[in-house]
Amino acid sequence: MTHAATAVPAAPKSAAQATVPARAPLLSVNNIEVVYNDVILVLRGLSLEVPEGEIVALLGANGAGKSTTLKAISGLLKTEDGEVTRGDITFAGERINGIDPDAIVRRGIFQVMEGRRIIGDMTCQENLRLGAFTRSDGAVKNDIDMVYHYFPRLKERTGLAGYLSGGEQQMLAIGRAMMARPKLILMDEPSMGLSPLMVKEVFSIIQRINRDLGVTILLVEQNARMALQAAVRGYIMESGKVVLDGTAEDLKNNEDVKEFYLGGGNEERKSFKNLKSFKRRKRWI
Amino acid sequence: MNFELLFQLLINGVIVGALYGVVAMSFVLIYKASRIVNFAQGEFLLIGAWTCWWLLTSWQLPFWIGFPITLAFMMAFGILLQVVVLRPMIGEPIISVIMVTIGLSIVFQALMKWIFGVFAKPFPPIFASQTMSIFGLDVQTVYIASLVVSLLIMAGFGWFFKYSKMGLAMRATAFDQQVAQSLGISVRQVFAMSWAISAMVSAVAGVVVGVVNGVSSALSFFGIKVFPAVILGGLDSVVGAVLGGLIVGLLENFAHFIDSQWLNWGNMYEIAPFYVLIIILMIKPYGLFGTKDIERV
Ligand SMILES: Nc1ncnc2c1ncn2[C@@H]1O[C@H](COP(=O)(O)OP(=O)(O)O)[C@@H](O)[C@H]1O
Ligand SMILES: [Mg+2]
Repeated sequence: MTHAATAVPAAPKSAAQATVPARAPLLSVNNIEVVYNDVILVLRGLSLEVPEGEIVALLGANGAGKSTTLKAISGLLKTEDGEVTRGDITFAGERINGIDPDAIVRRGIFQVMEGRRIIGDMTCQENLRLGAFTRSDGAVKNDIDMVYHYFPRLKERTGLAGYLSGGEQQMLAIGRAMMARPKLILMDEPSMGLSPLMVKEVFSIIQRINRDLGVTILLVEQNARMALQAAVRGYIMESGKVVLDGTAEDLKNNEDVKEFYLGGGNEERKSFKNLKSFKRRKRWI
Repeated sequence: MNFELLFQLLINGVIVGALYGVVAMSFVLIYKASRIVNFAQGEFLLIGAWTCWWLLTSWQLPFWIGFPITLAFMMAFGILLQVVVLRPMIGEPIISVIMVTIGLSIVFQALMKWIFGVFAKPFPPIFASQTMSIFGLDVQTVYIASLVVSLLIMAGFGWFFKYSKMGLAMRATAFDQQVAQSLGISVRQVFAMSWAISAMVSAVAGVVVGVVNGVSSALSFFGIKVFPAVILGGLDSVVGAVLGGLIVGLLENFAHFIDSQWLNWGNMYEIAPFYVLIIILMIKPYGLFGTKDIERV
């Protein structure tokens, strides 16, 4: 179909057409509502789309529901007595709500959970082999070497993964995700608790694996500045809903985003804006 | 002092202790994977031994056919038990789950007595020669076989947890169930497999003891001996289970020696491990190898 389209003599494309992805997005979340323990309503009609091959950032304050969104997609919500009560989640054209987390990994979605969550009483190598749990092809050994190629310092660590530094654990968590050869990685706050230098390194690796391996990434971050540098587009959520979305460029230049999430911004605005938003900004930094 | 008797008893201790270790490992396997204290572990030995005995006597199957069938049956039995009885108990209070496994133990015990009677029945001879000579000592072949089987199972466990995918998945599940699920591991499958392997390995021990002593409901005492072994070793440590088993086996026999030489109280054999258990728990409340945050039974 796309070939036929290119055969037609090219009409000048409008700018709007150019930014809209031509194909259906790899992941689309449609107006979902999530409830924990049958009573706590956390997501109230959240929608977002992740086009294939892109890095999409999902930003928002602590408690906005970012992790909940990722768990709704990966199915891990089930393990916390949470449930998607309305709306649907479509991945590669198929509806995936309510599917068990292990089946979702097999379909090609892998979540790197908040706080890295590596298996501390195993070695790096064992953690990596577990990342490939759902695979049965013979290339697992090769892929371990590939991960070591991206993270040379992990190769030197032969002890238990629990003794690695925070940054190394984050690298191991990302490497473990790569071992599953997923189509989509859901990454929850990879920069959490890392030194600025380490944050830089982790982000550059995220961009590299997106580029080299063609993995699509939905990136949840508190560090909005880094995330918007890496991402193509972004969503900003607040108390269970998306309140703003657009290309990373647009978001970086948006006054509200600058003020709340990037620090700095227009001085005049700050002085007359209400106190509430000032408090919110403080929570961010 | 009768050194020959002492030596004989210590050898006994190692052989029996290794079997305790095997059963303790299969107990720990279930505990580690699903945090269930299985009071029906001893009955796994009983069911396995009776099944094998039945295949070998009623069906006249040779051992090398009857034994693998027994193992396959026990595997299926373990899975069935987990899926039908224990899976619905997930999320229930620990005490309810414990009551269920105690109930299972009583039911299986009664069932086996009902089907096979209360008297011990000997296995048909399995080895061509009853004794073999090692370093000039005449040793019963079954004892050597028992020790070899125990060592093979221990090595098998070591390999399984270090190199097999399912073994790694079990360790991951024991460490953090949510992370295991995020890696694509089906926790349900892990639970079912832990029961399957545990039932199978216990059945091996059951058959070994059955071949040595004959099959009777006394076999399920192994399930009780496992408690001092695993509590000594720490509930969640596989290596600890093996050492705990060896310690209990040696203690029993050593106590028997002291009793028969000097004390003549009788029955020290049965209770000595429990005395030592109490003393060790007073010094190291989490067992010799257990991790600190685990719950006491
Ligand atoms: N397992 C849970 N049970 C009940 N409430 C939860 C659970 N997890 C998160 N929440 C609540 O949902 C809201 C959103 O949490 P979360 O998705 O973790 O936010 P974020 O990742 O954006 O910080 C919070 O108010 C939190 O208290
Ligand atoms: Mg979060």
